[in-house]
Amino acid sequence: MTDRALAVVRAGALTTVQDLGRPGHAHLGVPRSGALDGPAADLVNRLVGNPRGTAVLETTLNGCAVRPRSTVVIAVAGAHCRVTVDGRPVPWGAPVRVPAGALLDVGPALSGVRAYVGLSGGIAVEPVLGSRSTDLLSGLGPAPLTDGTVLPLGRPTGAHARVDVAPQPAPPSELVLRVTLGPRDDWFTPEAIRAFLSRPYRVSASGNRIGLRTEGPALERARHGELPSEGMVLGAVQVPPDGRPVVFLADHPTTGGYPVIAVVRAADLPAAAQAVPGTPVRFVAVRRR
Amino acid sequence: MKVRPVGEDALLVEVASGDEAQALHAELLRRRAEGSLSAREIVPAARTVLLDGLDSPARLAAELTAADLPPAPPRTREVVEIPLRYDGPDLADVAAYWGVPEREVARIHAETEFRVAFCGFAPGFGYLTGLPSRYDVPRRATPRTAVPAGSVALAGPYTGVYPRSSPGGWQLIGTTDIVLWDHARVPAALLSPGTRVRFVPEAGS
Repeated sequence: MTDRALAVVRAGALTTVQDLGRPGHAHLGVPRSGALDGPAADLVNRLVGNPRGTAVLETTLNGCAVRPRSTVVIAVAGAHCRVTVDGRPVPWGAPVRVPAGALLDVGPALSGVRAYVGLSGGIAVEPVLGSRSTDLLSGLGPAPLTDGTVLPLGRPTGAHARVDVAPQPAPPSELVLRVTLGPRDDWFTPEAIRAFLSRPYRVSASGNRIGLRTEGPALERARHGELPSEGMVLGAVQVPPDGRPVVFLADHPTTGGYPVIAVVRAADLPAAAQAVPGTPVRFVAVRRR
Repeated sequence: MKVRPVGEDALLVEVASGDEAQALHAELLRRRAEGSLSAREIVPAARTVLLDGLDSPARLAAELTAADLPPAPPRTREVVEIPLRYDGPDLADVAAYWGVPEREVARIHAETEFRVAFCGFAPGFGYLTGLPSRYDVPRRATPRTAVPAGSVALAGPYTGVYPRSSPGGWQLIGTTDIVLWDHARVPAALLSPGTRVRFVPEAGS
């Protein structure tokens, strides 16, 4: 078995191929997409010797299992989980050699939500608009993995890192999201703004790669009627008619018609990708730099 | 023109009308092409243009607030022709909203020159303007769970063509076989902001 590919044995709840996404096409209605926990994706690529932005696997909650057809170096980071090769435990957060034909199993998340699996050479599916990312909103890029899928692997370009374990942030026990208000905070009552910035919210179970949904006090609008569709940015906190804030993540729509009360700093979004349902959320106002 | 900061490195520029948004979009694209504006994304919409990935948003905001908006550039780009059959299930409802016979819906629609005001909803989906405001129609009270790919539809002031099957609440007036999005094609999107569009009735419709 010398062909550079891997077979998906257990696809898990939602496993997708992700890289840095496809920014620059929002005017065509194309979301940016890309790994939700960018630092974790960067780390697994560094550990296995890939350049930044090489395509990795992003799992959701219950991991996945794959069988590489050639010997590869892998690393798993992001959500903490048990990793095994042919049933034997191997380190998490460190480079591991997986022989051709062995079964790599990335177990359910013990903490966090999304694990990243980097493989030497990377996932080499055909790029779409310069990216191999699966975009769930618009269906660009490879479909989410299913059992039996075979994915091509690229050629390794660099040596893997020599580390036993790489330090990584723990998933948040409380998600603190720094926001700058606007552009449509004037659509909300002063009480709603105060509630948004002082009352506790919780991560809802219905979030996905498009948005982190929250549960908590409903935000009342000062203005009613329709907002004409306008462009949306990563981290925008959109407030739909039910009043519960939704934080836009990588697969967010490029335009939308609900008012955006605030925008979360990009640096705080990787933690949002790892916050399990029920995690307390606080929105904290910061000044623009 | 009102400029609203969006997060750390984006601006939302608000103007008075869809036409002004299109003129501002053309001007911002011109500036980026000549190198005087650095922005990762320039996203026109109904009454706004979003600029994302800016180096110094505060400086640009001050500059845009002081600037006069130049008139829209002349329409020199070629016209994309979309062949279609006026056979949609909502043709009778649209005729009733417009107060005309069904055949007139096709005639009025096919005589209009449209322009892509902005994109969104799905890759390749353009919000086309051009119909006079007296032909605005509401969305359907109950959205369909599946609108077939290639459906030509109306909502509010807009006409659109569904690039792929999806749920939708627009009024369906016709069907086209044209491919709006093909990522193996360059460019992948048939329609981008500013594209001029005409609908050409197929023989027999």
